[in-house]
Order: sequence, then structure tokens, then C-alpha cells
Amino acid sequence: MLAWTIYVSFFGVVALMLAPRDNARAVRWVALASALAGLGIALASLVHLPNGPFEPLVKLPWIAALGSDYFLGADGISRVLALLTGVVAVAGVLFSWNIEHRVREFFAFYLALVGGVYGVFLSFDLLLLFVFYELAIIPKYFLIAIWGSTRKEYGAMKLALYSFLGSGMVLVGLIAAFVMSGEKTTNLFLLAQQPFPQSFQLWAFPLTFLGFAILAGLWPFHTWAPTGHVAAPTAASMLLAGVVMKLGAYGCLRVAMTLFPHGLDPWGFAVLGFGSWRDVFAVLAVIGIVYGASVALVQSDFKFVIGYSSVSHMGFVLTGLLTLQTTGLSGAVLQMFSHGVIAGLLFAVVGRMVYERTHTRDLAQLEGMGLGRAMPFAAVTFTVASVASMGLPGFSGFVAELQILLGAWQAFPALALAAGVGVVIGVAFILRALQKAFLGGGDAAGARGDFATGAGTMASISLPERLGSALLIGASLAVGLYPRCLLDPIVSALSTPLFHELLKGSVP
Amino acid sequence: MSYPHLLGLAAPETILALTALAVLAVDLAVLQDLDLRLRRLIGAMFAGAGCLAAVAWMLALPEAGDWGHGMLIVDPLTRLVKGGLVALAVLAILLSIESDFTPHVGEYYAVLLLAAVGMMFLASSADILMIFLSLELTSLSLYILTAFNKRNRVATEAALKYFLFGGVAAAFTLFGLSLLYGVAGSTNLEDIARVAGARAIQVVTSENGVATRILDPLLIAAIVMTVIGFGFKVAVVPFHLWAPDTYQGAPIPTAAFIASGSKLASFFVFSKVMLVGFAGAEGSGAWLSLRPGWVAVLAVLAAASMVWGNLAAIRQRSVRRLLAYSAIAHSGYMLLAVMTRGPEALASLLYYAFTYALTAVGAFGVVAAVQGPAAEEGLSDFAGLARRAPVMSLCLMVFLLSLAGIPPLAGFFGKFFLFTAVLRGSHGLSDNLWLVILAIAMSTVSLYYYLQVLKQVFVREPSGPTDAVEVSVAAQAVLVVLAVAVVALGCAPGLLLRPLLNALAAASW
Repeated sequence: MLAWTIYVSFFGVVALMLAPRDNARAVRWVALASALAGLGIALASLVHLPNGPFEPLVKLPWIAALGSDYFLGADGISRVLALLTGVVAVAGVLFSWNIEHRVREFFAFYLALVGGVYGVFLSFDLLLLFVFYELAIIPKYFLIAIWGSTRKEYGAMKLALYSFLGSGMVLVGLIAAFVMSGEKTTNLFLLAQQPFPQSFQLWAFPLTFLGFAILAGLWPFHTWAPTGHVAAPTAASMLLAGVVMKLGAYGCLRVAMTLFPHGLDPWGFAVLGFGSWRDVFAVLAVIGIVYGASVALVQSDFKFVIGYSSVSHMGFVLTGLLTLQTTGLSGAVLQMFSHGVIAGLLFAVVGRMVYERTHTRDLAQLEGMGLGRAMPFAAVTFTVASVASMGLPGFSGFVAELQILLGAWQAFPALALAAGVGVVIGVAFILRALQKAFLGGGDAAGARGDFATGAGTMASISLPERLGSALLIGASLAVGLYPRCLLDPIVSALSTPLFHELLKGSVP
Repeated sequence: MSYPHLLGLAAPETILALTALAVLAVDLAVLQDLDLRLRRLIGAMFAGAGCLAAVAWMLALPEAGDWGHGMLIVDPLTRLVKGGLVALAVLAILLSIESDFTPHVGEYYAVLLLAAVGMMFLASSADILMIFLSLELTSLSLYILTAFNKRNRVATEAALKYFLFGGVAAAFTLFGLSLLYGVAGSTNLEDIARVAGARAIQVVTSENGVATRILDPLLIAAIVMTVIGFGFKVAVVPFHLWAPDTYQGAPIPTAAFIASGSKLASFFVFSKVMLVGFAGAEGSGAWLSLRPGWVAVLAVLAAASMVWGNLAAIRQRSVRRLLAYSAIAHSGYMLLAVMTRGPEALASLLYYAFTYALTAVGAFGVVAAVQGPAAEEGLSDFAGLARRAPVMSLCLMVFLLSLAGIPPLAGFFGKFFLFTAVLRGSHGLSDNLWLVILAIAMSTVSLYYYLQVLKQVFVREPSGPTDAVEVSVAAQAVLVVLAVAVVALGCAPGLLLRPLLNALAAASW
């Protein structure tokens, strides 16, 4: 059943290609229907099997010469992330309701990206997973280059090349694992059981992990993220920050860490205090938390604030992964969901509600516009999103970050302290942005004259925008108030044999 | 050794040669007064019918045999390769219907068919004399095909460059092969391998009693000469200089045929000569421990081609030159498979070469359909093409992304098979790992320039006229079929891979 999330997305692409070019209304509804179908299927699957074990969906022979199958399946982690994809995809369509320029192509690329993302989360054959993973690169490029803003061609190309470089590193790791195993299979379960020699894992692991982590925004390979997010059109920013960065983190967990669990083992010697790849990556991840938050604190472009906040929040995900214990890992997966929803909301407010009406993202200019009064809905939405982003209790971010910090405290206390500092800076930058953008002085009537729209007045917040905001806020609240709805599936997935080797010997 | 038997084995080639004569005769006798386009259409139909007949013969009467001790070998593998070559010839013929560059229609198709005949013999022989003869038949035909546009100075220059470089390279090949004959006393590759392989490695004891293993100097000279000759044919750095000019100046069907058919045939025979003829003199191309031998030579050439081809392509402002440099880079990737022994490596090489040929023909076809036969075209001429010719743009996207190696297109699986086969075939994982890593890193670079083209097509607004581009239905149909084939071979690579592996299992080497 869950496999249909992929198919409905690609059916949507085909339907859009056949749709009449000028009928924007029909195009939007087709896109919305396709995204909604995906969300419905993902939600039904999670409700149907909350603690379900691994469930194979499809397994057909694909390439006999390599022993690859068309093998889709789902465990708790897949289900949670498929649900996230569904939520963000629907919200993205709603926030793109006003697109008029080449609307058919826009939604075709958009749905192709969504379909590829579903495919990654559901693939349990490494070759298939890689195919879906790369499938997502090209739509991203065109979405940004055609419909983007600020330095769009630069941002798009940078993002495409970083992604492709990362996947190239992953490809080397996968081919090496395939060849080393000496068997004809690319099945994840079978390859994960292979006792690869430790010397091999010690170079294959960092290569594969880093390849995926580039897409997760690991410092110092994160620079594609802020430029790409800022250049992208709203819906693409939402998908990029909300879902695509999770592909990277998911790949780290699902592929790099299960395939080469002993790549995390100590080297047996120490360089500058680093004794293993785990130390190296954990330090980089925590630097990402603090660095991303600090840089976000001094940005003058509203969208860059959110762009850097993603780097910071994804640092939490990677930190959680490297704790190598159930609390931290489940927190990391929960944070993927939480950040996906919240980042989507933040980008929606900045890109769609504010930028498309005021045509500026400069915080100093916004400060004089009195947007708090001019756009009360946007102000309230952003306030709620800010509160969620800070990780206040009641929202999904709280549980996730708490778990990550707890896990990190046990695994590497010093880094946990640093990450805690990151949380504090995170509060600071979001409050600063909130205050400047919405609570600044200026009165709405006076500000209206400055708008470069020519129309003179701002369009009010439309119904699709309200629905999209409600969906994202609702998702974050639901998970915040009842985290077990996602934590149970995640924890049950982490207790499957796939993760045994990872969670077993590595607790310090 | 009976002539009826020979005629049976060489029937497909014979059919094509007779078709070439028939096309010439018909065009000369009947068609002279007709409109040029009609003449091209009729000529193409004749030539295409001949190709179909040749393929039908191979399918209907699958004979197998070895005539004249390796002079002409027909087995499932060569049949498959020859089928692919004929298919590529048909594509070149179809492309030429819409290209207006010469009034000598009959001659063009006749020479094109002769080139195809040369390639087919090339694929069928395991005898260095025969290999050289077919190589020359192919090359001479291709020089003529390049020079067909006499009105165009660029085309003439391209043809002259191609011919001069090619002539020198042929001399090198001949010299290398004759050295090989001198070493072994036979023209049959397997005999050569037996004799030459035995004395390839010589143990030399110096005065203080230290024994060193060195490669027979005569064999070294033969290796270098032969590699230079074939390196020219497949356009690897540093023997690539003709390629950008030829790709840019030649009539587009010719350029497409050089990039596709010639490449497939040359790589097939290249790997046959190296793997069979020079068996025993491999050496090693491992990182920092190159051991003399032809594998080491090829490793260096492959690395140079991958790096230079991809970097130089970034600077190109003409799509055809860009495709030429990308072809050089792809030759570098394919050399990795030539270096590797085993059926998997050969299957991956043929898969790669064939899918590459399809995409190259497709890309040239789109360029031809969109821009006509003009020799000079800049990237910016493609600006806004998505608005003016949406179907062609989509096809171009498929072809270029396949060249870049994006799944699920054929080019990705070509690369994947190739790299896995290379790593599996080498003695240890680390032997050729540096080449594979370099190749994957360079694919990242290649995505940049393919996206530069696609950026013009999809992102930019049209700079000149904004009306729809007129593309004939026939050309559109051919290109769409090609694009679908590239997607299909990507989604189900087994379609081509399984026949290849089956044929290889039955092959003699």
C-alpha cells in the first residue's frame, strides 16, 4: 500500500504533462490531489501499523546480473518519514497556489521530487535507493533555477553539484561494499550482515557517511543549504529544508551506519583528541549547531535566518545519530520530522506570506513596515513557528531535542553542553527575527506606501495559505502533545536486527 | 574452407555492400532530376532496407563459424555487436534525411554503408591483418563522409585534420601490428598470445646476481604503437585533437556515426586485441605501483582522458564541441573496462558503448533538428528551447542526463556496471580503485556542463525568435523512440545485459 505514495506522485507528473498548458486551475488541483493521496496513504499506513515490524511491500527481480531487486519496504522510520513527506508536500502545493509562471512544469518537477523522496524512504535495495536518491537532484535544480529568486542560477548549480558530489562519494562506498562482499546482491539486509573487515569499514564508512551528510548540511559542507534555500521558490525551500535534507540524514542512518557499523569504532590512536570517525563527525555536527545558530543571529536577510537555522537544527539530527544509543537515535529521527514540519512553516511565512507581498526580505526594511498589524495571520503563524522552533514544550521540537541532548549527555557530555549553548542561541536568533519582522515599529498604513508592488495594498492571506499553515502547525502540535505516536514506531524499528550491530558494541 | 560457407558467414556484410552499389546505381540512373529531399528519402529507404535485410539475415539464419583461422568469426557475440552497428547505421541514415549538405545523395549513402561494412568486419575478425584492413575501410569511408559538405570551409578543415591525424595513426597501428607479427610469426591473435605471452616477461640477471623481470622491449614497442593507433580511433587524450573539430565541422549524421558506430566497433576490437593479443603483458595500473605493461599505459590514458575531456568541455561554447569533449571523457571511462579481463567487464564495456552510442546519436539528432546543418552554434542558440520545441527539449534532457549518469537512465547503469566490473575484475579492490574514484569525481564535473546546456534550454528565455521550431514528424519520431529506449534501458538494463552475458558465455574468448 505504502508503495503507492511513489506511484501517485509519478502519476501526477504524467497527468500534468498531459494536462492543457494554460489551465492553471486544473494543474493545481491535479497536483494537490496527487500530494493529498500520498499524505493519505502515508497516514493510513502509520495508523494501521503503529508498532508494526518491517513490512515488505514489493519485491520483484530487477537486474539479475547484479542481484538487484525492486525491493520496497517500510519499517517505523520509513513510515514516519513518509508521513513527513506527505505533510510537507501537501503544504508546499498549498503555498504555491499563486504560481502562474509555467505552472504546469513547476508542479511536474515538484511532484517528481516528491516521488523520488518517497522512493528513498521506502527502498531496501541499495541500488534502488541510490536511483531514487539521485532522481531527486535534477528537479531541485530546475525548481530553483527557473522559479527562484536571489542568485537563483548560482544557488541551483551549487546545490546540484554538492548533491551530485555527495552521491558520488556514496556511490564509491556502495560499489566498494558490493564488490567486497563478493556476493551478487544489493539487498540492504543481506549486505548489512556481511562481516566487512574493519580496515575496509574504516575508510568506506566516512566516505559514505560524509556523502550523505553533505545533503544533511554537515558543517563545513553546508554552504549549499543557505544559498539554495534562499534562492528557491517557497515550495521548493519547504521541500528542500523539510524533506530533502532528511534524505541525507536518513542515508547516514539507514545506509552508512548499518552497512559499516564498525567504521565508528576507535582507530586505536588519537589525533588532536579525535579517536574515531564518530568523534570527528560528532564534533562537526555540534559545530554546525552552534555555527548555524550564530550566523543566523546576524543575518540581515530574513530568509537567510531560516536557511542557517536549518543548518543548526540538522546539526541536532546528526548529533543524535552519532550518540549510537536508542534515546539519541530515536530523538534524531523525531527531530527529522519535527524540523521538517517547522522549517516548512518558517519558509512558508518568509517566502510566501511576507516576501511575495512586500518584495523585500531585508529585516531592516521589514522592521519599518509594521507587518504585525498589516498581516496579523502571518505574525501569529510565525510566532507559533518560532515557539516551535525554539523547542518549547507542547511542540514536536521539544521532545526531539530533549532526547538528543539526553543521549548526547551520556555519549559525549562536553559536546552536549555545547549543543545546549546552541539551543540558547537558537532562541535568540528566532526571537530577533520575530521582533524585527513583525513586532517592529512603523504603522501599516504608512508602510503600504513603500511597497514596490504598484498595487498599493497587500493582498490578504489566502485560504490555501491558511490551510497549509494549519496543517503544519497541527502536525507539530500533535507530535508535541502525543510524541508516542511517532516515537513508538521509531523505537520499534530501531530494535530490529538491522540496527543490532550498530547499537550493540558501541556504547562507551 | 569453402566459398559457399564463407558467403554464408559474410552474408550480412555482403548484403550491405550490394545495397551500397544499388543505392549508387539507382541514384545515378533514375533520381538525378528529382528534388533533393525526395532523392534523400528514396536513397535512405534503399539503404535502410538493405540494413533491415542484413539484420533479418542474422536473425533468421544464425550461422556460427570461424573462417580462415580467425579471419572471419561469427558467433552470438559478434552477431549481437554487428546488429548494434547496423542499428546505429540506420539511425545515421534516418538523421541524414533532413540534413541538406550535399547534392551527392547516392554517394553519401553508399559510403556510409561501406563504413558500416568495415565496422562489421572489424567486429568479426580475430586476425591482425583483417583487423587492419577493416579498420582502414572504416576510416577511409569516415574521412569521405566528413568531407561531404564541400561548400563549408569548417567541414573541409575538419575532414583534412581527421584524415591527417588518422593517416598517421594508421601508420602507427600498422607498425605496431607488424612488430607483433615479427614477435609471434602469426597474424592470428590467439597464436600471437601463445607465443608472445610466453616471452613477454624476461628475467634479466645483472652482474651482481639480482634478477629483474622486464617486459620484452620489442613487445613494449608493439604495445605503444598499437595503443596509439587505437587511441586515435576512440579519441583518448592525447590522441584526441581531431575530435572537437570533426564533431563540429562534419555533417551531423556523419558526426553522429563517428561518435556511435565507430566508437562501438573500435572499442570492441581494441579490447579484443589487447586482451587476447597482448595477454601476458598486462602489467598493472595500480596507484603508485604502475608495472610496465599495456594496462599501465591504458590506466594513464584513461585518467588523462577523464580529466582533460571533462575540464575542457566546461570551456566550450559550441554544443557540438562540448559533445566532442564529453565523448573524450566517455572514452576514458570505457578504457577502464578494456583494462579488465573477464566476461563481466566486456559485457559492461559493450553495454556502455552501445548506450553511449544511442545517447550520442540522440543528442546530435536534437542539435540537427533544432539548428539545421549550420556548423557554428553557440550555447545561447538553445536559449528558451523548451518553449519553442518542448518535445525535443525533453528528449535532449534525457540524452544529456544519461550522458551525465543520472539514474534511472541508461548512462547511469552503464557507469555502474562498468565500475563494479572493473573493481571485481582487478586483483584486489584497491588496484583500480583510484581510477574509479577519479571517474566518479569527474562525472560530477560533467554534470556541470550538461546542466549548462539544459539551463539554456529550460531556464533562459528565448533570445532570438520565439516561434515554434519546425521539426519534421519523422525526425521527432526517431528522437522520441531513442529517448524512450534510453529510459527503458535504464529502468530495465537486463533487456540488453542479459543477451550480452548469454552471448559472452558462448564466445570463444
